[in-house]
Amino acid sequence: MRVGRRGIEGLNIVEKILARASGEKEVSPGQIVDAKVDKAMMHDLTGPRVIDSFREIGVKRVWDPERIIVVFDHDVPPSTIKAAELQKKVRNFVREQGIRYFYDIGRGGVCHVVMLEKGHVKPGELIVGADSHTVTYGALGAFATGIGATDMAAVLATGSIWLRVPETLKFEVNGKLQKRVYAKDLILHIIGMIGAEGANYKAMLFSGQTIRDLGIDGRATICNMSIEAGAKAGIIEPDEKTIKYVRERAGEPINPIRSDDDAEFAKVYEIDVSRLEPQVAIPPSVDNVKPVSEVGDIEIQQGFIGTCTNGRLDDLRAAAEILKGRRVKEGVRLVIIPGSQEVYDQALKEGLIEIFIKAGAIICGPGCGPCIGISRGVLADDEVCVSSANRNFVGRMGSPKSKVYLASPATVAASAIKGKITDPREVD
Amino acid sequence: MRIEGRAVVYGDNIDTDVIIPGRYLVLQEPSELAKHAMEGLDPSFPEKAREGVIIVAGRNFGCGSSREEAPVALKYANTKCVIAESFARIFYRNAINIGLPILEASLRDKVSEGDFLSVDLLSGVIENKTRGIRVQAKPLPPLAIEIISAGGLTRYVRKKLGLE
Repeated sequence: MRVGRRGIEGLNIVEKILARASGEKEVSPGQIVDAKVDKAMMHDLTGPRVIDSFREIGVKRVWDPERIIVVFDHDVPPSTIKAAELQKKVRNFVREQGIRYFYDIGRGGVCHVVMLEKGHVKPGELIVGADSHTVTYGALGAFATGIGATDMAAVLATGSIWLRVPETLKFEVNGKLQKRVYAKDLILHIIGMIGAEGANYKAMLFSGQTIRDLGIDGRATICNMSIEAGAKAGIIEPDEKTIKYVRERAGEPINPIRSDDDAEFAKVYEIDVSRLEPQVAIPPSVDNVKPVSEVGDIEIQQGFIGTCTNGRLDDLRAAAEILKGRRVKEGVRLVIIPGSQEVYDQALKEGLIEIFIKAGAIICGPGCGPCIGISRGVLADDEVCVSSANRNFVGRMGSPKSKVYLASPATVAASAIKGKITDPREVD
Repeated sequence: MRIEGRAVVYGDNIDTDVIIPGRYLVLQEPSELAKHAMEGLDPSFPEKAREGVIIVAGRNFGCGSSREEAPVALKYANTKCVIAESFARIFYRNAINIGLPILEASLRDKVSEGDFLSVDLLSGVIENKTRGIRVQAKPLPPLAIEIISAGGLTRYVRKKLGLE
């Protein structure tokens, strides 16, 4: 309990996690805390610069090789000699420091998919990652945030980080999602509502019956994109689904942290999703969101399904439901990238990959693929892609003259069949 | 810490993908990154910045990825300071950590491209010498000043650990 603006009140989940991590009884928004990190994650693209800064600090050993996770995903297998050299550098560092959890090419997949499925995330933990989409781990009730390479180097050296305790925005979401409307449509809708910096320096807590009804994959999609509203963290209070998932993947002990009943939030938004349509983010900003019915006639040359946002099993299932027995339209490429080896394996077992191949899609091995505009599906001048990823910035997927529209995997699949942006509810 | 230079003006939501596109992240040398600074939006930026510039921008500067290469590319392209109405939080931390001075202030309608600016980083006073206008920026947090004064986060951590 603490004395807040309205008198004595409890703490919310974000404040409780940061209080625990910093050894304080209680903390309030705006306070700077020196917090102990439970896990730290880096990948092939941010790793090399982390290593350089770590050398500059001059500490010989990382603070705890058991708490560091390294995943190769951004350019895998490497598409250039430079990328191969950088990956070699990170591999050598992993060996030198005895880092316990290393997911090399063919062993893991997209870092934010791997972190959840390999049991590196538990409720109540403080996790930092040298990647902005680290916020994904809030899906399991952890406070997770993205940091830059030098911040990560300091974490590797000391095991701690300074953080400003954020204000928390609460999104109370109720109502049943219509058929072929997904977590992705909901989070796009929320970002459209509050804007690209609507949650800058703040945390976003997602709650309500709609969120409780979502599986872990959908919850990951929601938390993943909280950064696109500028959030420091996206988080969902752990429930029985969380505990079951974590028990199967990470094992005991599990010490979930939840908001006090009388916790305070900077603002509460109430959202009813029962009439929500599939949503599309129009380039060049993620908050330029419209219902698919208002997008107009947009011809596409490429569709892309995958990434840390929508490369999980539920996403591939949703796409397969639409692609089954149909063909990608002539003149359109559909790139599908399972989020991890595990997702790939399961998709094979369920016959999803066969459906994709018969539809004329190309399947690439687990990784970030064209989302960051490095390889495996970058765009030429004036090309248009509808993507299940998270960013539609100028040049994100290749040429600065190309365009990226963001939507759910189902909307991408429907669009690939029709050759233009299409409401997945129209394909039946 | 006094910083001077001509203004280069950009709008809102300048994201890290336009500051340094993903395909250049394999470049490790800061001077190589600098050649592509702002390429996604303004390929002429490295040329403009040659003599040292101050970037003036709107809201949410540096939104998007955690890539530290964004402030590094700007710094080594000879950006002396970035003044924006607001910054995305990861960019804000990264800039301070690698020693790219930044300040939060609204200069909308107060600065045009090419105006000569003089900035006092610690007091946050910004002078547009071309127009004779003074603006007070939001002061930097004490911890940011400590990190900047130490010469960046790696030196700050070295000091804290007693390594220098």
